[in-house]
Amino acid sequence: MLYREAGDFKTTYAADSQTFPIRFDRFAYWSLLVVAFLVVPFVINDYWANAVFVPFLIYAIAALGLNILTGYCGQVSLGTGGFMAVGAYACYKLMTAFPEVSILIHVLLAGGVTAAVGVVFGLPSLRIKGFYLAVATLAAQFFLVWLFNKVPWFYNYSASGQISAPERSVLGHAVTGAQTTAPAKYLFCLAILFALAWLARNLTRGTVGRKWMAIRDMDIAAEIIGVNPLTTKLSAFAISSFYIGVAGALFFSVYLGAVEVGEAFGIQKSFLILFMIIIGGLGSIFGSFAGAAFMVLLPVFLKNVLVGHLGWATDLAAHVELMIVGALIVIFLIAEPHGMAQLWRLAKEKLRLWPFPH
Amino acid sequence: MSDGTPQGYTTEDGRRIGGVLMEMKNITLRFGGVKAITDISFDIREGEIRAIIGPNGAGKSSMLNVISGFYVPQEGEVWFRGRRRGPMKPYQVARLGIARTFQNIALFDGMSVLDNIMTGRLTMMKSGLLSQAMWWGGAQREETLHREKVEKIVDFLEIQNIRKTPVGRLPYGLKKRVELARALAAEPRLLLLDEPMAGMNVEEKEDMSRFILDVNDEFGTTIALIEHDMGVVMDLSDRVVVMDYGKKIGDGTPDEVRNNQEVIDAYLGVAHD
Repeated sequence: MLYREAGDFKTTYAADSQTFPIRFDRFAYWSLLVVAFLVVPFVINDYWANAVFVPFLIYAIAALGLNILTGYCGQVSLGTGGFMAVGAYACYKLMTAFPEVSILIHVLLAGGVTAAVGVVFGLPSLRIKGFYLAVATLAAQFFLVWLFNKVPWFYNYSASGQISAPERSVLGHAVTGAQTTAPAKYLFCLAILFALAWLARNLTRGTVGRKWMAIRDMDIAAEIIGVNPLTTKLSAFAISSFYIGVAGALFFSVYLGAVEVGEAFGIQKSFLILFMIIIGGLGSIFGSFAGAAFMVLLPVFLKNVLVGHLGWATDLAAHVELMIVGALIVIFLIAEPHGMAQLWRLAKEKLRLWPFPH
Repeated sequence: MSDGTPQGYTTEDGRRIGGVLMEMKNITLRFGGVKAITDISFDIREGEIRAIIGPNGAGKSSMLNVISGFYVPQEGEVWFRGRRRGPMKPYQVARLGIARTFQNIALFDGMSVLDNIMTGRLTMMKSGLLSQAMWWGGAQREETLHREKVEKIVDFLEIQNIRKTPVGRLPYGLKKRVELARALAAEPRLLLLDEPMAGMNVEEKEDMSRFILDVNDEFGTTIALIEHDMGVVMDLSDRVVVMDYGKKIGDGTPDEVRNNQEVIDAYLGVAHD
């Protein structure tokens, strides 16, 4: 059965508030999980892991984080790249200082460090909103990148100024360093993404999520119903930064292996992730995934088609990609501000009534 | 007689009005050189429907904003439930049990009707961040418990059919009703309504009046409201405060206020020499 349920048949409040109210969706979700965890690891190769899956998984974590802050709590941030850098450098320092501790712990601790930094840079949000806050977070972006370039302690006084991940393994399989296999990297990132996405979904559907959305939609009304704007905004900054920090740590240690801060975590990264949530859908968990998938797949797709099949020059293809992304952002902002997630919702609403729409 | 006895009074239709719930003592509010409110005192008693009326710019909404904590008066004292209230932030006022609606609707447009009303219960939801993140035990139980309470209000205000609709899509009259629902969800001791009937047609006004009376009657909620429709004010309220140019010019039962010469002058205008 492709789609079902055209009325309200639920008998408990718990059933009414479940994530996938339609049985077909639940089925699709579980099959996707099974494929992702049990099928993909056996067929994945280095090209697919490095070009598509690992960046997708890591960007999805970052997009989830930014979506919590911007999509759910309404606080625009352009500091994502800087916060990812905090995660990366925290992870690097922890990895080199405590080599015997599991990388998983390091990644989570790196998220914790980033959360603390995020709260500090979130403090201005109590006074300023919208465009002005975006500029304040922009300052965070440039300051953090400058800091990691300027203070040699952060990169352990290495001559190149780069940081590179030493080899670490989880359950006997190397996930960082040169010996890493594609399935190990993939599964490590997938497990973290799965856990974080599940937590994000739970947070956004309950009390905290409602507080965030209340602040986003109308902060005065939120205050009048008893929402403390200080703790609410800062909790959004903290949790969002935690996600972004974890993404930064994985991006450095698992995906790239070696990082130069201005190159890997510059302002472009902030924009890239902002574009992901705009195109994917602000205030939507699914949107974070859709946006991350889109922005990771688009260049790969264009490269294969334009360069591989049509024989265009690589630089021309790269420029066309920029133009396409730019046009898409404008189109989405005008035509569908809630992004691909909203298109998906509308399609589903139609499908619920299908094939008898009257 | 309306005021006087500290124990309260009985209304014409036989409702028992209790002691003083909220008392404003000599409130003065200034914005720079402009005096929005000058030395106003009045009280709101347990269980009554208290109206604040006056021409445009009289300072009614400012008064409501003082009560709900948006403005801190330069002079005067605010007493609530027998205690003097220091300067408070609006969210702290909300936790005392004071809820309100706004003149121009202040709903959360991106959320469904149900979620909007659920936000009204945020001050009562206590489950920790961890429990919520896991959606296990406390958080889930709490959600169901509060959902039940919210559903009662949904039934009460007859908005069952729009539960899952995003608020942004609703017509004006329904939005007003959802806003009332959100305020009610907080189970307030004192409910402040800022022009609950502005911009409504006769039928919607009748509905809203009925809801206000029912709220007062069934939940025993004390209500303070600002309204321009005199017919509605006189029918609904037990006592009326009349303001003009930031000053109180009348206070009493609708009948007393109606026959007060100052009030008549303020509303009908009077020749100044």
